[in-house]
Amino acid sequence: MTTDDTPSFRGTRLVSKDIENVVEVDGLVVRYGRGDRAVTAVDGVSFTARAGQVTAVLGPNGAGKTSTIEVCEGLRRRTTGNVRVLGLDPAGSRSDRAALHRRVGVMLQEGGIYPSARPIDTVRQYCGIHSDSATSSPDELLELVGLTEHRRTPWRRLSGGEKQRLSLALALTSRPDVVFLDEPTSGVDVNGRDTIRSIIRSLIDRGCGVILATHELDEAERIADRVVIFDRGKVLVEGTLDNVRKARQAVRLRTIRPLPQADMPASISDWLHEVEPGHYTIDDAPQGLVAALAVWLSEHGIEVIELRAGVASLEDVFKKLTGGES
Amino acid sequence: MSGPLRAQLGAELRILMRNGEQLLLTIIIPVLVLVFFGLTDVLPSDLDDHMDFLTPGVVALAIMSTSMVSLGIATGFERNYKVLKRLGVTPLGRPRWLAAKTLTVMVVEVVQLALLVPIALSLDWNADDARWLLALGAVGTGTIAFAGLGLFIAGRLRAEVNLAAQNGLYIVLLLLGGMVVPFDELPRGLEAVAQYLPSGALADVLRDALVGAGSQPDTSWIVLGAWALAAPVAAALTFRWE
Repeated sequence: MTTDDTPSFRGTRLVSKDIENVVEVDGLVVRYGRGDRAVTAVDGVSFTARAGQVTAVLGPNGAGKTSTIEVCEGLRRRTTGNVRVLGLDPAGSRSDRAALHRRVGVMLQEGGIYPSARPIDTVRQYCGIHSDSATSSPDELLELVGLTEHRRTPWRRLSGGEKQRLSLALALTSRPDVVFLDEPTSGVDVNGRDTIRSIIRSLIDRGCGVILATHELDEAERIADRVVIFDRGKVLVEGTLDNVRKARQAVRLRTIRPLPQADMPASISDWLHEVEPGHYTIDDAPQGLVAALAVWLSEHGIEVIELRAGVASLEDVFKKLTGGES
Repeated sequence: MSGPLRAQLGAELRILMRNGEQLLLTIIIPVLVLVFFGLTDVLPSDLDDHMDFLTPGVVALAIMSTSMVSLGIATGFERNYKVLKRLGVTPLGRPRWLAAKTLTVMVVEVVQLALLVPIALSLDWNADDARWLLALGAVGTGTIAFAGLGLFIAGRLRAEVNLAAQNGLYIVLLLLGGMVVPFDELPRGLEAVAQYLPSGALADVLRDALVGAGSQPDTSWIVLGAWALAAPVAAALTFRWE
């Protein structure tokens, strides 16, 4: 822990200035099975992730994001396409893979640790495995992720959030230049989320590229610089968070009860898109529509939670692009 | 020894020490079998001294427990818990992972022998005719054969199915392996099969090396060698890391 009690990562090796894109994926295809039973999990995906930024990879279950990330980590073979991580091929020569294993941090979505193992022993094991590149001691890493008081608690007795934080500590033992985090805040309480966000910020401050796969759109909106939205094995949109949201100017309406749309004038109801009962959006609203809507809601005593015009939220964009599935 | 290998070996040994079932299987059961049958002399052996039959059989049992069942069950759960997947993105590498597993098995086997041999001697086993180097060769060859078999099973099945399969095979090989029941006490059909099982071959070559009383040591060496070649190859070809 630093003197101001803000968790930070002490690794000091910055990504080479020559490498702006820490991850480059071009035309990636991943198929499972053979013949008639083959399933295409990733279908021609291309995107980049940059040094010193958080790139959030979003998509519903089965969208292909975990398969893509596992190809980047070197855990899964690709069918076709090009992938470069820190300029190296994760499925390339033994020396390429060895170099990547020293410079890439990986946090799996779940598991990866023997249930009877204690945090201090597990972190010590990984520091030993990364003995040529680790800079932080096991105790420092446990303090960083707030697990000092649980250092001797077997993994199976840790809470979901504590398990996630231990997994994050293991991803940091290699003093990484790029980190892949799969659902890092899943099941983590508010304080744990603050710790994880602070660690991610300190990583990007040092030039590390962070690739974050998550279902939690609020979390992505808080910390991502870039977003890549997947659906059915394809990338639907990629860009900076601001550009993706600005591309969809929208009106967002949330009401306590579903709207009686049949009672509304067509000049309003025709523009409403129902995301789910009680949650509506309007794309490219004509002048005066928001005012007319507000008047109608007031006159009919509709209890409104939110009526907002302007830049769309990431959730709105995501649901619009993926057909409401999250 | 490199830093990554030392770290992984330490982790393997710590996990083993914290796992009561593994200690029961590898240490306590062989010791209990040796002490109980050593004191009671109820085994149907043709040998004059029942310890001459029992001691090599229990050493073979201990080797099978460690290198097949303990290794196989632990590896199956490590696949299930994604421990192997997580290690796959570190500089450890598969050769050093395998080396750490091998060294862990060797450490346990040294402990087993350090316990079983003195206990057998205290139960009046006469080791004057033992050819120790030959016995160590048998232990090494048997370890390779059983480890291959354990990893072959662990590398394909779900953890719970693997657990049941390893324990089931352990009982079958224990009963048919000439470890505590002599081959000639088995029904005729089973006797023919038992002599070609790795457990039967290991018990026979150990009985030849330790007390000079193997029933067909030359054939048993060939059988054990064949298992030591075939099982690791099958494991390497079929093992799934996740």
